[in-house]
Amino acid sequence: MSRLRLSWGLTALLTGILAAAPAFADDAPPKLDSGDTAWMLASTALVLLMTIPGLALFYAGMVRKKNILATMMQSFTICCIVTIVWTVAGYSIAFTTGNAYMGDFSRILLHGIYDHMVKGNDTQAFVLASGVKDVADMATTIPETVYMMFQMTFAIITPALIAGAFADRMKFSAMCLFMALWSLLIYSPIAHWVWSPSGWASQAGILDFAGGTVVHINAGVAGLVCCLVLGKREGYGTINMAPYNLAYAVIGASLLWVGWFGFNAGSAVAANGRAGMAMTVTQIATAAAALGWMFAEWIVKGKPSVLGAASGAVAGLVAITPASGFVLPGGAIVIGVAAGVICFWSATSLKHMLGYDDSLDAFGVHGIGGMVGAILTGVFSYGPLSATDASPDGSPGGMAQVILQCEGVLSTIVYSGVGSFVLLMIVKMIVGLRVNEEEEREGLDIVLHGEQVF
Amino acid sequence: MKLIMAIIKPFKLDDVREALTPLGVQGLTVTEVKGFGRQKGQTEIYRGAEYHVSFLPKVKIEVVVGDDLADGVIEAIAKAANTGKIGDGKIFVLDVEQAMRIRTGETDAAAL
Repeated sequence: MSRLRLSWGLTALLTGILAAAPAFADDAPPKLDSGDTAWMLASTALVLLMTIPGLALFYAGMVRKKNILATMMQSFTICCIVTIVWTVAGYSIAFTTGNAYMGDFSRILLHGIYDHMVKGNDTQAFVLASGVKDVADMATTIPETVYMMFQMTFAIITPALIAGAFADRMKFSAMCLFMALWSLLIYSPIAHWVWSPSGWASQAGILDFAGGTVVHINAGVAGLVCCLVLGKREGYGTINMAPYNLAYAVIGASLLWVGWFGFNAGSAVAANGRAGMAMTVTQIATAAAALGWMFAEWIVKGKPSVLGAASGAVAGLVAITPASGFVLPGGAIVIGVAAGVICFWSATSLKHMLGYDDSLDAFGVHGIGGMVGAILTGVFSYGPLSATDASPDGSPGGMAQVILQCEGVLSTIVYSGVGSFVLLMIVKMIVGLRVNEEEEREGLDIVLHGEQVF
Repeated sequence: MKLIMAIIKPFKLDDVREALTPLGVQGLTVTEVKGFGRQKGQTEIYRGAEYHVSFLPKVKIEVVVGDDLADGVIEAIAKAANTGKIGDGKIFVLDVEQAMRIRTGETDAAAL
């Protein structure tokens, strides 16, 4: 339930606190549920599968032969770097109580996460934002270790998505440094705004079930800034940059699709009806988006391409992410078709019209798809599905909610855009951003890693 | 002796082999190649990025036969590899000065 809006202005807020009060009045520790915990352990593994090997294959399949290993290495390394950054401070900044903009440092190095362990059992379920005045806390039914790990896999995939924008040309050292800083200073605070009950976006009532703003718009915008700052690939528009092995890309997209059930249905943080509906709409929207892109391309370009169908599916997964857990199947079809067609336009037309080289369409698919999903969540959100103890009516869609959603989208664009730009400048001063022209022509596999695929 | 070199469409390779065996051709060499002729390549589109691929995949067959067989082999290849559409390929014929089977040291006609 971490993704649910928890307050509704003052009245609802007070009701919420009162409603939550009896449960903890006698200081009974929040109860664990083994079914919920089992599902969240499985979801965590599914979301990790999205990055390695899902995203690694999806991206590697779209680059030229000389850059396949380097592209896979980006996903793999980001997985490792973010794991450590998250352990050291990222988790603490994102999910401890802190203030409205960031958490505090009480979980540095995961300190205290093991406080309630007795003979191998966690005796207390994790509670977010406990003990904050005027904020309804949010009790889960799983151990904090599981919650932390589940969220870690989200923290891993988000920067890995950015890598699609600067494929084929960024220095490996620059990539490592940028991603470590970005994860800590951009991802963690935004995750706090939206998903911690003490975050400002959560308190404002902005809906983001599984990461439309936090993950996709955030990564997409950072990607756009990266490709603008780094510049186009050498020979862009003149030499043949056709993908070397699209079969990889299709396998990768399929693994993303499967893993996404952990991402969206897992974001219910429980094995319940909301998780079931999140899974349902995820499947429906993804299929609708793949067909939307496929037919749009068939009509406009004359052929339904394989890469198009796979890209459409990913666009649908992205767009349903903020909405899953809030919307019904009908809304899912509309969100899916809209994402498929709009992302087809952004990846094939908008990019060429504006002239930036977003190599693998991190912005075109994740940025634009995330915006489509975030805004349409405000249209199709269904009250009873989003209802909680703290807000018994839920958040029915409507103009007011759409405006709130736009507020969330804009805040993410501004913070991620400006923040990523500043970080890139810092990295540029320290190690430089781009490999030189000759190295780029040679290919990153051999130049950066001393290896070659095949 | 003649070296007959034919550039054909890849999917016609088996047809050509089947046409040559009954003529008494004892062996041939096949190479996957790329090239262009009047067919001029094709266009590929990936997410809106169009690339003109000017070199198309073809198969090159090389077979050495005695002068008496040459005309039959040329005719058989031409017939088997023909689809009537652009891009069917070409056949070149060259004189061969000498041939040797490495294992036995046999030369010329005996080596073929």
